[in-house]
Amino acid sequence: MMQSKYWWRSLQDKLVVGLAALATFLVLVPLVAIFGYLIYKGIGSLNWNFLTQIPKPVGETGGGMANAMVGSGLILLIASLIGVPVGIGTGVYLAEFGKKRFGYLIRFTADVLNGVPSIVIGIVAWSLVVVRQGHFSAFAGGVALGIMMVPIISRSTEEMLLMVPQSLREAAWGLGIPQWRTTLSITLRTASSGIITAVMLSFARVAGETAPLLFTALGNQFWNLNVTKPTAALPLQIYTYANSPYDDWYRQAWAGALILIILIVVSMSLVRMVASRGVFKGGN
Amino acid sequence: MNGSPLKARYRPDPAAASPTPVAETIQVPRRKIHLKSSRFADAGFRYLMLGCALSVLAIVALIVRELVLRSTLSLHAFGLKFFMTQSWDPVNGDFGALAFIYGTLVSSLLALILAVPLSVGVATFTTELCPRRLRGLLSYVVELLAAIPSVIYGLWGIFVLVPILRQYVEPFLAKYFKWTGLFEGPQFGIGMLAAGMILAIMIIPIITSITREVMSAVPTAQREGVLAIGATRWEMIRVGVLRNARTGIMGAIILGLGRALGETIAVTMLIGNRPEIAKSLFAPGYTLASVIANEFSEATGDLYLSALVEIGLALFLITLLVNIVAQLMVWSITRGSAQRATA
Repeated sequence: MMQSKYWWRSLQDKLVVGLAALATFLVLVPLVAIFGYLIYKGIGSLNWNFLTQIPKPVGETGGGMANAMVGSGLILLIASLIGVPVGIGTGVYLAEFGKKRFGYLIRFTADVLNGVPSIVIGIVAWSLVVVRQGHFSAFAGGVALGIMMVPIISRSTEEMLLMVPQSLREAAWGLGIPQWRTTLSITLRTASSGIITAVMLSFARVAGETAPLLFTALGNQFWNLNVTKPTAALPLQIYTYANSPYDDWYRQAWAGALILIILIVVSMSLVRMVASRGVFKGGN
Repeated sequence: MNGSPLKARYRPDPAAASPTPVAETIQVPRRKIHLKSSRFADAGFRYLMLGCALSVLAIVALIVRELVLRSTLSLHAFGLKFFMTQSWDPVNGDFGALAFIYGTLVSSLLALILAVPLSVGVATFTTELCPRRLRGLLSYVVELLAAIPSVIYGLWGIFVLVPILRQYVEPFLAKYFKWTGLFEGPQFGIGMLAAGMILAIMIIPIITSITREVMSAVPTAQREGVLAIGATRWEMIRVGVLRNARTGIMGAIILGLGRALGETIAVTMLIGNRPEIAKSLFAPGYTLASVIANEFSEATGDLYLSALVEIGLALFLITLLVNIVAQLMVWSITRGSAQRATA
């Protein structure tokens, strides 16, 4: 009886292995298709004007997204002024002081915040900033993205700090160095490249966000560096152009998408390179 | 004398080093002052970090407060009826969210049906079956899929996925599966099916990576034990890995659901944006998130805005619930393993 069953079991085994490999292949298909099509469409549409000019009025061909790229940079700058210190601070708290119940509450809340839909964050930023100030602004967009950065940075900062060997902290305490100094100059410093990685990843995550900017930064057809004025952003501009009826705007949407994805993939690859070289200065 | 070879070659003599300095604790007063000020700084530092951590709680509280505050008008005007009526009529000020709830649920469930088998397959392949060298590459590729912004998925969906659906997939489904009643009516390409498919592609990375994490948290001894009694690879995976990790995998799936429910831009670009409840998956629909995205900045009138914020509140509460359940399930598996690893 065992004999007759064995061929069936081994067949089942091969079938499942085959199916798992097939699933992997099927998941690779959209990835390759998206990147391939993006490069094919995007490279044909990229030109110098696209990178240096602002949008032309409706109906005229040409123009570019230079203002949107600068606007994205501005919004990300505001976002990181909010998100990076708070995120790293929370991470430090969780890693160094958060072993008790309260730490778990914070950790849990951060995970929950991470799962809040970005459009809801957009509404909150609108309600907090736009309604109170009476106008759309780059600042409101920055607040929305900053809120989104906090849980991403805090959880990965905590992870990085926990990887720093405890003996390093004990050595510092043994030398009579106060705890705050130990955390800043020893623990954080040791994990610094890991934390930079975390910050970069959070950039990559929020840089492509459109939904929270729809009614905070709003978009703008002109140059703007004033944080209290509506500002263009790359993902917003792609969204607007993709929903337009003009061929030339489709072309520009593809070019914008290519720029966006290049920025994201480059930062991710840099992160991976840094990470593979060892998270800690001087090895571990 | 600094930097001299003499210093470099210096080795402390254990016999000489220990006894003498003890006598020289004349520094005691200075150290005490130092300690006092550092204790002060320590407390300050601790409270500063605590402040950052508290701000996470504050943000979530603020989200709830602002959403409730801005939707009171609609909450009072419609009550629970808001979630049970289908009419969405900004002109006459009559608002009901049922069509959006339907669209959100159907598109997300469709996404889960498509994504779950693929994700579990990929996770199994990368953790248990594939050569070790491929492992890093595959996880990087899945990470890459997660990094593509929503708007690019939407753009690709409009120009690549929708034409393929319209020309090949939908005629095929209509021809062979019309009897199910799910594939009827005009074939636009844009509609519930397109939205569900793009959502599936978007949630595969998160389900895969968490499933992988959970599966690698299963102790190797479990696998070895099952293999040792003569199991095949599949039996080892089924009995040794999947059965142990099932709560975590369920959690990963629910987390994916949470992502799908809240996903906005790509769905808005592909679902057709019509507040209707249709049985056919070819028909256009509308979701909670996409009605906010489309109508928020153009909404005129306080009641209209308030109704949209209430939709946001509903979306927030649904995803909150889903995420809490999922998080607890994932934690029940991975937290134990983390403790085991540090012990």
